[in-house]
Amino acid sequence: MKPSLSHSLSCLAFALVVSAATGCTTTAKNPKDPFEGFNRAMFAVNEGLDVVVKPVAQGYDTAAPLPVKVLIGNFFGNIWDVWTAVNNLLQGKGEQAISDVGRVLINSTAGIGGAFDVAAEMGLTKHAEDFGQTLGRWGVGDGPYFYWPIIGPRTTRDTVGWMVDVYFDPVWRLDNVAWRNSLVATQYIDRRASLLPSDKVVEEAAFDKYDYIRDAYLQHRRSEIFDGEVPYEVSDDEPVR
Amino acid sequence: MKSLLSLLFALLVVLGSPALAQELAPDAMVRQVTEDVLTVVRQDKDIQGGNTRKAIDLVETKVLPYFNFQRMTALAMGVDWKKASPEQKKRLSEEFKTLLVRTYSNALTSYKNQTVVYKPSKVTAGDTEAVVKTEIVQPGNKPVQLDYSLEKQGESWKVYDVIVAGVSLVTNYRDTFKQEVSNNGIEGLITMLANRNKQLESGKK
Repeated sequence: MKPSLSHSLSCLAFALVVSAATGCTTTAKNPKDPFEGFNRAMFAVNEGLDVVVKPVAQGYDTAAPLPVKVLIGNFFGNIWDVWTAVNNLLQGKGEQAISDVGRVLINSTAGIGGAFDVAAEMGLTKHAEDFGQTLGRWGVGDGPYFYWPIIGPRTTRDTVGWMVDVYFDPVWRLDNVAWRNSLVATQYIDRRASLLPSDKVVEEAAFDKYDYIRDAYLQHRRSEIFDGEVPYEVSDDEPVR
Repeated sequence: MKSLLSLLFALLVVLGSPALAQELAPDAMVRQVTEDVLTVVRQDKDIQGGNTRKAIDLVETKVLPYFNFQRMTALAMGVDWKKASPEQKKRLSEEFKTLLVRTYSNALTSYKNQTVVYKPSKVTAGDTEAVVKTEIVQPGNKPVQLDYSLEKQGESWKVYDVIVAGVSLVTNYRDTFKQEVSNNGIEGLITMLANRNKQLESGKK
């Protein structure tokens, strides 16, 4: 049996995990981030990969005219709306789920296969849900924070959520492998391109980019789970003025 | 005659200063400041091209008067704020202000075709705290929530927190600041902020 590419890749990944995890597990300072040593190693891997990915995203960003980028964004957004509807339903937000189904129906037809977000013009607001948020709504806690190669930051809960997302994502389910791969790649580059404007903001705002991204990610997910209405908590950290 | 003119000019400056806008409701104030800034950015190719220095000048004149940096610094530091002497508080706020202004300005330079939707805020007479919610709409991408927390100081409202997509630009520093204070004390944190600001300024980015 010849070793397949995916096999050697998973061996490599395993070796990386083991060496990183054994190398510096004792550096954990933040209770939310017990595997900081491993995570920082993966963060470095991703920063390395970004040396290649970022120029591609920049090329796409400058080459593709805005209407094309909008079409591409809308196309993937429309596919995702199906999953958003399911998750809204799972979270008991029936009204939003109905609105999401309406969006998919309208955008897939009048919006020409999702290329135009006609539904938004009609007042059906776009929501963004995923299975990690659904688990959060159901009361599943964050669990330890992870920084994964390629996909980036995820809490333990959101890692599981992400796997479920990918499993049900129509793009990943395409039978034609060539089509599937090019769509996944396009989506990846489109997402990276949409993050380009925040690159400099984060670079300059952060004392330590790894810390800044972790703390921002955790805040952001908390807000997403509560749809922007995070319950107010009196933290023992609040200063008395 | 000349002195009359300069008197008139001085009067105009005073009339045009933010102090007079003090009776604005928080949502109206956020809207006015945002639109003022965006009007400039939309016409300024330098800022759109990534000229942070020019964006900083804009933020310093148009936005700064409406922010309460002392409260922001206190919020970012949490309990450690109480450990600082009044003189240290002043230096901390000054350095943190420089950093936040740069962050805000960098964000402005990435302006493209976005529009801002202002949501009405529920403020009743006598309130001293308010949250103003806005939404940055960008074609092809989902809208980004941009919220401001404000407090009433005397007659005017001041922003003390800016929350982008659920991320507070202020409290995002809390763990970092706490760590620095526990390692190197308040002076250590001041030095860390000052060094960072110097480094960014000399980078001329």
